[in-house]
Amino acid sequence: MATLELSIDQDVVEASERRGRRLGLLFWIAISWVIFVFAVAIFADVLPLPSPTDMDMLEKRAPFSFVHWLGTDGLGRDELSRVIYGARISLVVGICAPIIGLTLGGALGMLAGYFRGRFESLVVGSMDVLLAFPPLILALAVTAYLGQSIPNLTFVLGLLSVPAFMRVARAATLTLARREFVIAAQALGATHARILLRELLPNVMLPLFAFFLLGVAVIIVVEGALSFLGLGVPPPISSWGSMIGEGRQSLEMAPRLAFIPAIAMFLTVLSFNLVGDTLRALTDPRQGAL
Amino acid sequence: MLLFVARKFLYLIPVLIAVSLLTFCIASLLPGDLAYTILGDQATPENVAALRHDMGLDQPIWVRYFGWLGHVLQGDFGRSFRTGQTVLQAVTERLPVSFELMILAEIMCLVIGIPLAIICAARSGGVFDRFMTGAAFGMLSVPTFLSAILLIYLFAVELRWLPATGYVPFGEDPAANLRFMMLPALTLALAEWPGIMRVLRSDMIATLQEDYIALAKAKGLKASRILFVHALKPSSLTLVTITGINIGRLIGGAVIVETIFALPGIGRLLVGAIGTRDLIILQGVVLLVGAGFVLMNFIVDMLYATLDPRIRHGHA
Repeated sequence: MATLELSIDQDVVEASERRGRRLGLLFWIAISWVIFVFAVAIFADVLPLPSPTDMDMLEKRAPFSFVHWLGTDGLGRDELSRVIYGARISLVVGICAPIIGLTLGGALGMLAGYFRGRFESLVVGSMDVLLAFPPLILALAVTAYLGQSIPNLTFVLGLLSVPAFMRVARAATLTLARREFVIAAQALGATHARILLRELLPNVMLPLFAFFLLGVAVIIVVEGALSFLGLGVPPPISSWGSMIGEGRQSLEMAPRLAFIPAIAMFLTVLSFNLVGDTLRALTDPRQGAL
Repeated sequence: MLLFVARKFLYLIPVLIAVSLLTFCIASLLPGDLAYTILGDQATPENVAALRHDMGLDQPIWVRYFGWLGHVLQGDFGRSFRTGQTVLQAVTERLPVSFELMILAEIMCLVIGIPLAIICAARSGGVFDRFMTGAAFGMLSVPTFLSAILLIYLFAVELRWLPATGYVPFGEDPAANLRFMMLPALTLALAEWPGIMRVLRSDMIATLQEDYIALAKAKGLKASRILFVHALKPSSLTLVTITGINIGRLIGGAVIVETIFALPGIGRLLVGAIGTRDLIILQGVVLLVGAGFVLMNFIVDMLYATLDPRIRHGHA
C-alpha cells in the first residue's frame, strides 16, 4: 500500500543511467496519458456520453456495445462515463491535496532550511509528530470525525502530505543556502524575503515540482483506498476507488467492472510516477553538478 | 550504548505525549458530539445535557485531556458504548491476527525481494535486471486494494485454490489458518517487495565493487556463496532500515487487507468502529496504533545502532 511516505533517497546508479538516456519514449507516453485523462475529465460534460448516474435496470452488467462502449455496471449505469466522471474526483483530490502540501510544506521547509535555529527544530519536531501516525490511520480517523466529503478528504490528505514536502524543501534549501549566488546576494545586502523568493524559490521549485507529481500518484492511491473502503467520497459520486469497491461485489459475474477502473487508475498512477521520477532524477540538487 | 538508549528513550516521551494530544484533539475538537451519537433517536436537550455532565463533556478541554490521560496511563482506555467491550479487550483480542498478517507479509516480501535483488545485482544492466527493475517500478504503482482484487479473482474465483475471505485462529487449525492468511499476506508482500528490491539491488551493486569481493572470487569461492553470504552481509543495515520504514505502510495496508479479506484484526476493528461511529473504540485504537508505531520505530532505531556502532557514537 502506498502511503504518504515517499522515499527521498535516490538511486544514484539508476539516476545516472536514466539521465544518460534523457527523457525517453516512456516519458512521453506517460505525459500523453496524463494529458488525455485530464482532457476527458475536463470535457466530460461536453463529450457525447450517457449520464453516469442514469440507471437502466434492463441493461444490468451489459457487455461492450456501441451504445455502452465499456458495458454497464450492476445498476445499469454506463461504465465508460462512470470511469470518466470518476477521473474527475480522483484528479481533483489527487491534484488539490498535494497543492496544499506543496504550499504549506514548501514554505515551512524553506523557512526552516534558511533561518535554521529554534524555528527549524520546532517545524521538524511538529512534523515528526504528524509522521508518528501511520498516515492511512490518521486519514481514516480524521475523515471519520469531519464527515465524508470531497473538500474534507482533500484537506486531510493535503495536511498529511505536508511533512514530506517540508522535508524535500528543507533539504534543497539547506544545500542551496550555502551556494555562491546566495552568499553573493547576502553580500549585496538583499533582504531575507528577496533571497527566499528570488534566489532560493526558483531553485527549490524544481525538486518540489518533481516531488509534487509523485505526491499526486500517492494521493490518488490513498483516495482510492479510502473510497474503496467506503470511507472516501460519499455515494452517489463515483471515484475510481469506489467503482473498484462496487465491482468487487460482482467479481464472479463481471470481473471487468472492477478491472476497468483499476486499469484506469493503474495507468494514471504509473504515468505520474514515471514523469515525477524522471524529473526528480533530472532536478535533484545533490547531483546538480555545475 | 547505554547513553544512546537513554537519549533515544527520553525523546520518546515528548513524542508519545504529542501523539496522545493529537489523538485527543482529533476526537474532541472535531465536530460530532459524543452524547448525541450515543443517545441517537432519544436525544432531547435534557438527555444530552445530563449525559454530557455524566461523561464530563461539559468540563474545559484541558481538564478532560488530563482526566483521559490519567485513565489511559492506568490502562483504562474506555469502553465501547455499543458492545460494552473495553478498548483493551477489543485490541488484545485482535492484535494476534494483525501481527501474524504483518509478519507473514514481511517474510514473503523478503523471500521475493532478496533473491531478485541479488540476481539483478549479479548481472546488473542485463536483460533480467532491466526487466525486473521495470517490473518493480510498475508494481509500485499498484495499490494494495488492486492487487487484493487481482489475487482474489485469480486464486479464489478462477482457480478456486484459496478462500477469498474468512479466518480460523492459528490455535484451532494451523493449516486452515495459513490457507486463510495466504492471500492477505501475499497482497501486502506484493506492495512491499519492489521497495526492498530496488534499494537492496543498488546497495549490492556498490558492494560487489569492493576489494574483498574480488579477493573472495580470487580465492575461488562459489559465486552463490559470495553473493548470498559475503555481499549480503553489509546490506543487513539497509534491510533493517527498509523494514522499519515499511512498518507504517504495513499497518496502513493491513487496514485495507483485513477489511477486504474479512480478517478480524485491528484494522477491521478500526474500520468497523468508524462505520458504527463507535468513537471510544476509534480513539483508543488510534492512540494504541500511534503509540505502537512510535515504539516500533524506537526498536528499529535500537537495532540499527546495535548493527552499526557509528550511529551510537554520533558519526553517521
